[in-house]
Amino acid sequence: MIIEVKNVSVKFMTGNFRDIGLKEYLVRKVKKDVYSSEFCALDNINFTINKGDMLGIIGTNGAGKSTLLKVITGVLPPTNGTVKCRGSISALLELATGFDGDLTVRENTYLRGALLGYSRQFMNETYDDIIEFAELEEFQDCSFKHLSSGMKSRLAFAIASLVNPEILILDEVLSVGDGSFRDKSETKMKEIINDGATTIMVSHSISQIRRMSNKVLWIDKGKQIAFGDTKNICDEYEKYLKTKVLPNGCNMQ
Amino acid sequence: MVNFKYKFLFEELVKRDFNKKYKRSFLGVFWSLLSPLLMLAVMSLIFTKFFGRTTPHYTVHLFVGQIVFSFFTEATNAGMSSMVGAASIYSKINIPKYLFIITSNTLALVNFLLTMVILFIFTALDGIPITWKFLLLLYPIICLVLFNIGFSFILSTLFVFFKDVQYLYSVFTRILMYVSAIFYDIKIYDPQFQKLFYLNPIFVYIKYFRTIIIDNTIPSMTMQFLALFYAIITLFIGIMVYRKNHSKFLYYI
Repeated sequence: MIIEVKNVSVKFMTGNFRDIGLKEYLVRKVKKDVYSSEFCALDNINFTINKGDMLGIIGTNGAGKSTLLKVITGVLPPTNGTVKCRGSISALLELATGFDGDLTVRENTYLRGALLGYSRQFMNETYDDIIEFAELEEFQDCSFKHLSSGMKSRLAFAIASLVNPEILILDEVLSVGDGSFRDKSETKMKEIINDGATTIMVSHSISQIRRMSNKVLWIDKGKQIAFGDTKNICDEYEKYLKTKVLPNGCNMQ
Repeated sequence: MVNFKYKFLFEELVKRDFNKKYKRSFLGVFWSLLSPLLMLAVMSLIFTKFFGRTTPHYTVHLFVGQIVFSFFTEATNAGMSSMVGAASIYSKINIPKYLFIITSNTLALVNFLLTMVILFIFTALDGIPITWKFLLLLYPIICLVLFNIGFSFILSTLFVFFKDVQYLYSVFTRILMYVSAIFYDIKIYDPQFQKLFYLNPIFVYIKYFRTIIIDNTIPSMTMQFLALFYAIITLFIGIMVYRKNHSKFLYYI
């Protein structure tokens, strides 16, 4: 077992306390006009995956997929339950995160590497490989904002995947770049998995999940609908997308 | 709280901000020195007529007050917004949020040390001998850095919850400027009233600098104690406030 998620719930607070000023807060406090309520973003999620597994997480928009990834990476502590992770986690992040348009490609690569927790020595060793994989040799000293968005995603993918992480997390990002790079990145992904890494992937592309994952977790409105074998669950999910009726006996394993 | 695991990240963040601030503009470092110099020029032009006759070495007196005060306001203002500004990063990656506060304070320190060079030039031009006692300035600088970091912790936490803190703080600093004896000498007030100034930490630090630079004497034990006391107590409160609240930040930004 490399990742164990046990009884995990995440509750967000909602209410009228957000985006108000200190003045307004004090006035409302005096008038007793501050209310807050709880919103359950994740409700009792349970699963374990082993070394070498490729877990696909599916669900409609707002199901809590990204929240679950945040809990697994440790960004968001769960309200209840525990998450155990054995191994280093590397997350392929959204483009905007941690890249700075005013810096050069080289500076951004180091910055992103540092954010992902690599050491300077490691970055010195891997830097050339990253640039080569991202096919950005001529642009190393260009300002980052002048790159096309495809180039940016290629760089992001290269940084996250060339580090041989033990656990790799991909949030809706595998469809980056043009056709040839997409093939290259899928090949790289398979290579990482074959090397024994564990991968968690969020995707709306069921065909991609079918192709790459060996386990699937389906969540809907924060609740765990199903966890287990890829084929069955993907079939059920596609049925659900047509009929909008959740399968009976929700927890089919 | 010091964690060497994040040394590389910290260095990269400082480098990022340093590059953005100094390298990208045409005149680079010069710009950040221009503002205190202009301020000094205007103030000495106006105020020498009023206070210059009674205060020896008035230009240096003014300049010390000006740069110590700017160091405080720049560090705390940058520290305050650093937490909200970096939200897109730490809401995706599991890294300690306080790194961004330390980074912005480091940058303000670099800027301050640069203005110190100009201060020494003015000091020499004004015929004040530069002696070994100047080395003692290290002590109030360290205290002031700790004080600024503590203050930034408090402000940045407040700023996450209440967005109008920024405006309230600018009012606060404007008042603080007038009670910090930047352009006058407290000797014009009666002794009882003078004591009140020591309740203001910024005044204490300015006074410490002036005692060494202008009077060429080692400050009294009371001054030594006050400088350290304000730094430690502020840092302590800051860390407590931050630790109590930082896990809630994600819900507010």
